[in-house]
Amino acid sequence: MNGLVVALALPAVAALLLVVLRDMLTDRLAAWAGVGVSVVVAMLLLVTWVGGDGDGYVAEVDLVWVRSLDLHLHLGMDGISFPLLLMTALVTALVCWALVDDPPRGDNATPGLVGLLMVVLTASIGVFAALDLVLFFVFFELALIPMWFVIARWGDPHDPVGRRTAATRFLLYTVVGSALMLVGFVTVWALAGTVQIPELAALGAQLDGGWALFAACMIALGLAVKTPVWPLHLWLPDAHAKAPTVGSVLLAAVFLKLGTYGLLRVFVAVLPGPARDLAPWLGLLGVVGIVVASLACLRQADLKRLIAYSSVGHMGFVVLGIATLTEIGIAAAVFASVAHGVVTALLFFNAGSLKRRFGTAEISVLGRGMYARMPALAVVLAFASVASLGLPGLAGFWGEMMALRGTYEAAAGADGAGLGEALAAVLLVGALLGVLLTSAYFLRVLRRTLQGVPTPHDADTDLAGSERGIAIVLVVAVLVLGLVPGLVMGVVEPSIPAILGGAR
Amino acid sequence: MSAVSVQAIVGAAPSPIEAPDVDYATISPLLIILGAAVLGVLVEAFVPRAYRFVTQIAVAVVGVVAAFVATVVVGAGLDTVDGEVTGRGGPTAMGSLSVDGPAVVTWAMLLFFGLLGVLLFAERRLDGGLSAFTSQASTPPGSADERHATRLRIEHSEVFPLAMFALGGMMFFASANDLLGMFVALEVLSLPLYLMCGLARRRRLLSQEAAMKYFLLGAFSSAFFLYGIAMVYGYAGSFGLAEISTAVSSQIGGQNLLLAGMALILVGLLFKVAAVPFHAWTPDVYQGAPTPVTAFMAAGTKAAAFVAMLRIFFVAFGGARWDWAPAVWAIAIITMLFGAIASIAQTDVKRMLAYSSIAHAGFLLVGMAGLTSGDGVTSVSAVLFYLVAYGAAAIGAFAVVTLVRDAGGETTHLGRWAGLGKESPVLAVAFTIFLLSFAGIPLTGGFISKWSVFAAAWDGGAWPLVVVGVVASALALFFYIRVVVLLFFAPPQGDGPTVAVPSPLTWSVVAITVAVTIVLGVLPGPLLDLVQQAGAFVR
Repeated sequence: MNGLVVALALPAVAALLLVVLRDMLTDRLAAWAGVGVSVVVAMLLLVTWVGGDGDGYVAEVDLVWVRSLDLHLHLGMDGISFPLLLMTALVTALVCWALVDDPPRGDNATPGLVGLLMVVLTASIGVFAALDLVLFFVFFELALIPMWFVIARWGDPHDPVGRRTAATRFLLYTVVGSALMLVGFVTVWALAGTVQIPELAALGAQLDGGWALFAACMIALGLAVKTPVWPLHLWLPDAHAKAPTVGSVLLAAVFLKLGTYGLLRVFVAVLPGPARDLAPWLGLLGVVGIVVASLACLRQADLKRLIAYSSVGHMGFVVLGIATLTEIGIAAAVFASVAHGVVTALLFFNAGSLKRRFGTAEISVLGRGMYARMPALAVVLAFASVASLGLPGLAGFWGEMMALRGTYEAAAGADGAGLGEALAAVLLVGALLGVLLTSAYFLRVLRRTLQGVPTPHDADTDLAGSERGIAIVLVVAVLVLGLVPGLVMGVVEPSIPAILGGAR
Repeated sequence: MSAVSVQAIVGAAPSPIEAPDVDYATISPLLIILGAAVLGVLVEAFVPRAYRFVTQIAVAVVGVVAAFVATVVVGAGLDTVDGEVTGRGGPTAMGSLSVDGPAVVTWAMLLFFGLLGVLLFAERRLDGGLSAFTSQASTPPGSADERHATRLRIEHSEVFPLAMFALGGMMFFASANDLLGMFVALEVLSLPLYLMCGLARRRRLLSQEAAMKYFLLGAFSSAFFLYGIAMVYGYAGSFGLAEISTAVSSQIGGQNLLLAGMALILVGLLFKVAAVPFHAWTPDVYQGAPTPVTAFMAAGTKAAAFVAMLRIFFVAFGGARWDWAPAVWAIAIITMLFGAIASIAQTDVKRMLAYSSIAHAGFLLVGMAGLTSGDGVTSVSAVLFYLVAYGAAAIGAFAVVTLVRDAGGETTHLGRWAGLGKESPVLAVAFTIFLLSFAGIPLTGGFISKWSVFAAAWDGGAWPLVVVGVVASALALFFYIRVVVLLFFAPPQGDGPTVAVPSPLTWSVVAITVAVTIVLGVLPGPLLDLVQQAGAFVR
């Protein structure tokens, strides 16, 4: 039995059971069931990966889905997708764990919510494992609808209209993006006569010319909405701010990665020629995103919105890494995606804990001197912030560093880089400015909330129960990624030539 | 008078009148349905009132099921034809009917829709033990006579034979092999529908207005169709599709007659499928007609008219493709965009579904612009698949509409649907699935249907249509999403909608259509293979 297929099907079955049996389950039982399923999925993925021979795609299956439309159920994982798959399963487990102590509003609502999260898990695994463009699209869309429900149904309890608006905007932006992406896929299919990603990647530079460029533009647009690339990020701050903690975490850690992963797997690998033409633009938008998002962060009054904008900046580094089309740039994109998933999950869990206590994440309401008021929470927040701003030795550092290194190589005239030397130099300066600004806004937040004379509040209670456990797991993950980056890099590196193969 | 002189009077060498050679087994599904309709009329005349409604249901259901079985038998026995096109079956009944692959598939589809329609017609638990049809159509709305008739529990059980006639007409329309037969079929399917539209029990004035509009505009479009037939006859000298095709490809001169004829025929058919700018009747009729009739009509008429349109334009006018294709392109584009944009402004569920039906006519026209033959998905198979997926979802959606009620009957104002997700989660989820299928979200039948018509169109070189189609889908999505938001997240108005508890009849319709919508999205293979094997039209 193929481990990947089981990992894909298991959460879907669990979702169905949770919804059918919802009256028999208590809130806690449903949450624990979600944790259990996610952990089993993670183990399955790990065992399957370790058991694979490391050649080509691990656990590849290729079944005919619809014969007459030539659609295949084609799945497999490689070094690019495996780290993201594992991160997805682990973050989902943590998200379900958070529900144990913090059940959603409504009478016995946890089974329904966990069911939706399980659908999101299935869909995300499907996107990361799909080796067929149509299958990729199907899972890409499938992930949206449960997420929309999560935001609209269980989002900010104090702002029912706002959360619905945010959820609907999120859905419409991404669905329109997906529609454009589908046009791109259809074009690719019409040009190449196949939608199998390995076959398409093997065609390499043969897909070229006006139509291929059109397809690449459509696909890049669709994925850029999801990633999000400035200026298509407008859905993101509201969606994150209004979503419940579980929603924010999954959005940041998993959903944005669907976009960056798609840029690697479809945009760069399938359409290398047009990707090379568009890379300078992508890099430019990425750097503009880094700078604009950092400036926006300096002015944010709401902690969740601030973290959301900081995600736009981090995704800017990922996009910059991809746009360099260098090996180190691609490695940076994968590493930064995983690291961002872990670090931002920690930040959002923390912001969620605060919001739960204070009813809001407004920095002015949270008060000063949290080190004294809630030491554990404050320390974790400080830790996550410095990890996010890229302190060496923590997870956030390597992704940014390698993306900058890739840009530097391009500026120094490396062979086959996607950016011209002059442009790369400009982008490098812009990105460095962004690094500075990132430090500035995180330090501003830390100074205004953690330090200073304590302003005690009735709601002050330190991390407890599952909050504490989640924080420990994520802090360990951030440390491991930061201290032993080779764990991920060793997995990613062998697969980079397959992504860049055609682009070289 | 001698024998010789008799012969001189009658004319030389009298040819004996040839008895028409009809293969009754091949056309048995059609005969069974028309037989069931006639039997229904007799039931109306002879069966006592107390048993009439039940007897009519039995006759209709048995007729439809028997015809379905006969269709399967006929379909399994079709010979494969390998000519210039690969197909199955061929003309029968002296060339007036073409029982080929697409015809048989359409028959099966129409019978399936017909069965679901009959089940909805038969529902009597929603409105205090009475059907959705008025007690006595001849009484003025709101009069004492009407109340009297209602008190006596009189019912128009004629709707069942009427539906059977309409169904028979649809089946004939989809398989007719000459233009005159098509005209007869068009009338046989339309007249009962005009009548049934005016029979609503609630809001009768609206219903009668709908029937009147539908009748007047329908009669007008029939005249267009007939005029077009006359023109084409003038050009080709025959009503037969095969003969017209030969004339189109070989004859020189008389082009104006042909062009005018094609244009007029196209107008008549576009009216039936509700394409812009011939769509104006659709929202009013869909809204006014009794909802079970709307369901039956939305699915059935569209299917029959589209198959007939493909047959005429691919078989008879295939050689003049470059003359009609631009018109189809233009109409497809404005239909898709208009349907999608106009639906955004709707506040009534039935009108919203009507505009969605208009938009879907546009998507189907995109399929018509595709490949006529080849290894990939052809226009015919893509359109057939689309019709099944759309029809099932449309019938299901209208079935849900029949269940959401207040004191005045069905409550179709969208605002009153707010909070349905709390009142009846199952129903709200079912309606959401239908809407997602209309929107073309993956894992519903709507996605695969759109993918296949777009694939066929792309292969046929109609890429601008595909681009417009994707944009229109995205636009339409805004509206469907708004409705889903309303169902699940909006606070209920007043007491919120109430959901009537229906009999198993309506429940089974909803359950079957949900199942079909999902199965066609997840495992579309078998049906796609079936429509693919059906092959091309055989003349």
